Formats: sequence, structure tokens, C-alpha cells
Amino acid sequence: MTESKKLPSGQPRIESVEMRGITKRFPGVLASDHVDFDVKSGEVHALLGENGAGKSTLMKILYGLYHPDEGRILLNGSPVTIASPKDAINLGIGMIHQHFMLVPTLTVAENVALGLPSSLGFLTDLDRVAKRIIELANIYGLKVDPSAYVWQLSVGQQQRVEIIKALYRGAALLILDEPTAVLTPQEVDEFFTIMRQMMKDGYALIFISHKLHEVVEISNRVTVLRNGKKIGTRPTSETTKQDLANWMVGRDVDFAPDRGNVELGEVRLQLRNISCASDRGTLGLSEINLEIHSGEILGIAGVSGNGQRELAETIAGLRKKTSGQILLEGRDVTHYAPGDLTDRMLSYIPEERMRDGMIREFTVAENLILREHHKRLFSTNGFLKLKDISTHADNLISQFHVKTPSRETLAKNLSGGNIQKIVLAREISRNPRVIIAAQPTRGLDIGATEYVREQLLDQRKRGAAVLLISEDLDEILALSDRVAVLYEGRVMDILPRREATREKLGLLMAGVHPEEAATVVN
Amino acid sequence: MITDLLSTTVLIGILASGVRLATPYLYAAIGETFSQKSGVLNLGVEGQMLIGCFAAFYVALTTGNLWLGLLVAILVGALMGLAMAFVTVNLHAQQGISGIGFYLFGLGMSELLFQRLMGTVETVRGFPKIEIPVLIGIPFIGEILFNQNILVYGAYLLVPLAWFILNKTTLGLKISSVGENPDAADSLGVSVARVRYFTITLGGVLSSVAGASLSIALLNVFQQNMTSGLGFIAVALVYFGAWRPFGVLAGALLFSMVNSLQLWVQVLNIPIPSDIAVMMPYVLTILVLVATVSRVRAPSALTRPFEREE
Repeated sequence: MTESKKLPSGQPRIESVEMRGITKRFPGVLASDHVDFDVKSGEVHALLGENGAGKSTLMKILYGLYHPDEGRILLNGSPVTIASPKDAINLGIGMIHQHFMLVPTLTVAENVALGLPSSLGFLTDLDRVAKRIIELANIYGLKVDPSAYVWQLSVGQQQRVEIIKALYRGAALLILDEPTAVLTPQEVDEFFTIMRQMMKDGYALIFISHKLHEVVEISNRVTVLRNGKKIGTRPTSETTKQDLANWMVGRDVDFAPDRGNVELGEVRLQLRNISCASDRGTLGLSEINLEIHSGEILGIAGVSGNGQRELAETIAGLRKKTSGQILLEGRDVTHYAPGDLTDRMLSYIPEERMRDGMIREFTVAENLILREHHKRLFSTNGFLKLKDISTHADNLISQFHVKTPSRETLAKNLSGGNIQKIVLAREISRNPRVIIAAQPTRGLDIGATEYVREQLLDQRKRGAAVLLISEDLDEILALSDRVAVLYEGRVMDILPRREATREKLGLLMAGVHPEEAATVVN
Repeated sequence: MITDLLSTTVLIGILASGVRLATPYLYAAIGETFSQKSGVLNLGVEGQMLIGCFAAFYVALTTGNLWLGLLVAILVGALMGLAMAFVTVNLHAQQGISGIGFYLFGLGMSELLFQRLMGTVETVRGFPKIEIPVLIGIPFIGEILFNQNILVYGAYLLVPLAWFILNKTTLGLKISSVGENPDAADSLGVSVARVRYFTITLGGVLSSVAGASLSIALLNVFQQNMTSGLGFIAVALVYFGAWRPFGVLAGALLFSMVNSLQLWVQVLNIPIPSDIAVMMPYVLTILVLVATVSRVRAPSALTRPFEREE
């Protein structure tokens, strides 16, 4: 093998990997239906599709986590069997999982060394590992301290550790499963720079994403999957975002829902100098001041873990405030319990919809009355009015287009999108005065996302005050009238919609004021 | 009479028996540390101890060979550990519940065997004290630390050994990773099942040896339910020690010293009601656990069965 065929890490390239006719059946589902997919050295091939389209199934097969029922895999033209992640690693295939596969309590070097034979036999050889990490890090500008504990690292840094881990194991092909989902826009730019460098050096890269603009920006080719079937593969330069979206969903998608003009009403919710502790006991929120008007959506942007969850829970009465005051339509509700806030017509769409939004073992109908089951609507003297509850459930199921076999189906058997529709139906159908929506479209596919966003805009039109917490900047920009940026538990700034550009928000999300950044550049 | 406690002889006596009494706690709690580090809560320690306690005693009594007794205890402990591992790893049992099951099994089985095979309380000559040459000469300390039997020395050597394995070896790395993030370990080709089988079995062996240390090295008798909660205290000591062998050592010593003190209080006829004296170590455990509970963090995957999703 000639030098030019080697990667800078010293590993041989993978010229091509072809997956042919891959079929995988799960009980009742055809997760992958005779799918062909290939990737070559020196390219980024994007794999695009909605949740459940079969992207992960296909990639888990390539990484040896699943075994295909039919089909074969060719590596550099010859057939290979990949029975486990170990086989994949030995063949030079690495995977960066969407949820990082790191052990937070161990150091970077320990995470990299885990599972590998050591040069010192049964003793760890962490010094040697650290040296090699630094070598690899220097080739790609993946700055990271091998002796740092993973829990001390930012999400972006943790991702670098994941990449180093794969390179250390000799990866020549990287499967990147939604790698940008957790990054700030600036971190995404850095990440793309690294990807471009790796592409030039001859790595084969598979990029899984549902963010269309990123796919268009970084990939050479794009393959779209829908319901386990391959819809097609095209050079990215010959497609547009709109084409890809329509391909993914199978119909025309409306990206910029009509916001319409809504008159700002009176102030509905006011936070004055609100502070609270985080789960770890450190400061979660610090002196937050916000107000939201009737007919307004206030977007809260920020990188995950900067106080979003604390903010939502504080307002919803689920977290102790250490100081400050919350006013709901002028009334001091600082120390109200969640039930009292329900009575004041505050609705809450929690971030962890499976954990906080519903009871998995309850039926759809029961979940739909969770918030107001004790009201006269649904019970008298402690007895449930089963007939009214059923009617109520049927109405909401049809009104909110919930796909469920019946109102008696257990919530846990529904898809994420339908579960969110149930939460939405319960929270919105009571015509609340204030809505707290925390990550309302996280993990939902394009169709369900579109639906949830329309509903929130309808609520705004109706005159509700909506607090929208989202890590998806596109969502924030599409829906909000004003955008507040949270960073380390503080509000960095509040921008009106027309001033809130992606760049400005990105800087604020990283804790930098745009004015400061400007003075540094000049 | 309280002043009796302050005389040098009595002080040495208290400290030496404190050092000795820590032995079963150390074996059991170090074993439990291994299994908890890998994400498995073994509440069956007490039961495993009782079985080991009986097995070692009965073999030693009938053959007259203490080493054979110890060996049988190790084998029986390994079997108990393997059974626990099967239930935990392969059957994905609720660990809190299956642990209680193992405890009750050990309690009943040791009692049944005792009734059938012995019937009356007997005694054996346990492992003799071994003076460590030279070191025994150190004033005060020598008498406390270096005039103990072989199982006591073994328990104290186990502490640095466990620390070394957990912190300096590839095996230790695997154990921690399996207990913190089994999915990550699995994705790197570490067999979660194999690591947990190893730690649970090791835990069984060490619990059994802990029991044996009572019946053939410290007290040299066997009675029904002889461990009387000691195994549960060992589980508590793992939390107290924050999953670190030296932390466990500190906890075991604190506990056994108080225990030793209360024994001497009774021996010297100091006018404290004996019920209160006997209660002291337990009250202390509760207080210490309450005081330390917030600062430590358990392995993230503790009690969580692992299954690769498909």
C-alpha cells in the first residue's frame, strides 16, 4: 500500500463501503427495506430522513449493533461480515453516537483506553495513551487535555473526545449520528472545519442529520430515507432544502409558517430577579428578569444546560426559588404550587414529555385529564365522570389528529409525535393565559414539528403569552417575537426578532456580547 | 471506673480488638465495592456471609483443617456469587429484591444445615495469632497491629490491592465504566455481562470469606444468625466509603472501634446499660450515613440492568 493511500493517522484508507439490499425486520415493522447505500473515501455522504425512517437502523447495521436479515456489505469491493462493534472497529469503521458514549467520571485518556489491550499487560498505560491522543489531536486541531475528567468538558469538547476515540482505534470511516444537535452555531462551524479537513485527508464520512441547511452546507451527496425505504441519492449541489424536505416527508412542507400580525396585549407573566439552585446545588438561575405579553412568543435560546430546565420548572412551580418574584397577570404567584398555577390558567409543556408530561402506563383518555381531573368537568364528589372523560378524549383525539388505535391505548405505546400531541391537547385545549413550552419539538419528525409550531402560533393569535424554550435556533427564529439568550443561568440579552440574527445569537449563547466581540475584531 | 478506659493496657486492648473486629466488614465491604462499582447492588451479602460462616466452620470442625474450611468457604461463596450473577445479569432481576431473597436463603440454609449437621453449638481452635517479627517490637503500635491472625492481615492487605485493581489496571477501568455507562463500555467491545459476572462472583467469595473470618478466626464458633446484620452494615460502609477501598477501610475501622469500645465498657463493668452500649455502633452508622449521604455520588448505573436495545 502506497503512502498516498494512508491517512494522516497512519491508518490505511477505506476506499469504499457499499451496503446492498439491506433489509431488517423488527416485530411488526420493516425498519429497512432493501436499502442500498455507499460512501467513498474523501466524501461526506449525508443520510437524511425523519424519525423512524431507518437511518439509525442502517447505521447500526454498519456498526455491527444490529444484524441484517438480508443484504450484504462490501468493503473496498470485497464482502465482509460485521457481527459486533468490535468487528466494525477492526475494519476501520468508527461511530460517533448522538448520545455520547463516554464515562463522565473517567478522564479523557481513560475513556480512550477503555476496552483496548494495554502495552503493560493488565496495568493501564495511560501515559502512552495520552501521548498518542496529543499526536492525533494535533493533526486535526482537536485540542483536548488527556488528563481532564470528561464531566469537566463542554459538550463540544466531549464530541472531540469521541472523534479522537474513533481515530485512536484506527477509524478510516466515521458515522456521525446527528453530531451537531448539541452544538452552538459557532461550534458547528468548527466542527465542519474539522470535517472538511478529514474529507480532504481521505476519510469517508457519513453524516446523519435532519437539519437541512447543514446537509446542504457540508455534504457531497445526500441519500433520503422514508419509512425504511430509500427514496434516492443525489449530489447535494443538484438539490435544494425545499426538495429535500418534500422528499423526506413525502409532501410539500411549509417551512416558514404564517405568523400573521398580532397586537401585543397586556403583560401576562413577569419574572423579577428570579434566582434558583440547579440540581447539583450550584446556582441554576441568577437574577432573571423577563416579561411576556398577551399575543407574544418570547423565545429562550441557549445551549443545553444553561438554565433552561430550571427556568421552565421555576415558572411551573416545580422548583424552589431562592429569591425574586413571579407575577401572573399582576398577581404574586411566586410560591404557588403547580395546582394553584393550573387554576390561574398556566399551562406547561415539559421538556421530558415521557417523564414529566404524562404517565406512560395510563391510557390516552386518562392522560388527557391529568391536569383537571378533579374539576367539575371530569368528576363529582371524587367520582370520575367516565362518560364525559371519554367524550373529551374522543374530541381531542380528532381535533389534534392524534394517531392512536383508541382512547384506551396506553400512552407508552404511542410514537413521540403523538405523545406530544396529547400533551399539547391537554395543555392547550383549556385556553390557557400563559403557556410554558420547553423543547416542544425536540425529537419530533418534520410533520409533527410543523404541527406543534402551528399550534403555538395559533395560541399566540388567540392571545396567550407563550414562553418558548428551545435549543433549535431555527425554531426560535421562526416563532419568536423576541428572543432572550440564556447563558450560565443569566439572561445575556433580549433581542427583538428583526435584530436576532443567527450570528448574534450564537455569540450570546457562547457568553459573548456582540459589541464586545466587535471591539475585539476591530 | 471510666478512668480504667484510659490505662495503656486497656487502650491497647480496645484498639487491638478494634483492628481485629474490622476484618469481616472489610472482606464483605470490599467485595460489595467491586460489585457496586460495576453497577450491581448486592443486598445478599449477609446471606452469603452466613453460608460461608457455616461452611468454613463445619469443614474445619469435621476435618480439623482450617485451610480446607477456608477453601470450601471460597468455593461456596463463588457458587452463591455465580447464582446472584445469573439472576442479576441474565434474568435482569430487581437487585434490591433478589438481594433480599439471597439473604433469606442464606439465613435459612445456614440454620437448616446447622440443625441437621451439628445441632449444638461447638467451638474450634481458629487461626492462631502470628507475631510479625521486628514490627511487633514497635511500642504500643506493634501490639495493636502486628499480633493478629492471618485472616486479619489478609483483610488489611485486601484494601490496597483493591485500590490498585480499581485504579491502575485495565480491569478496574472496565469495572468503573460498566458501572457508570454500560452503553459506552458495550460500544467499545467491553462485555458488560462478563465484567458483572466477575465482580458479583468476587463479591460472593469475599462475603463468604468474611463469614469464615468470624467462625474460624475471630469468634471460632457457629451459631444461628451469627452475623446479625453485619452484612447489611458492610453494604452501608460502601456508601460511607464513597466506593473507595480506603474510604471503606475508614468506615470499617470507625465502626469496629466503637464496637470494641462498647465491648470493653461491658467487660469493665462501667455503669452504662448494656443495651445502650450495644446500640452505639448502629446509632453511629445511621448518624454517619445521614451526615455523608449528600456528598457522595453512586455509580450512575447502580441497580440498572443492562440490555443492548434492539
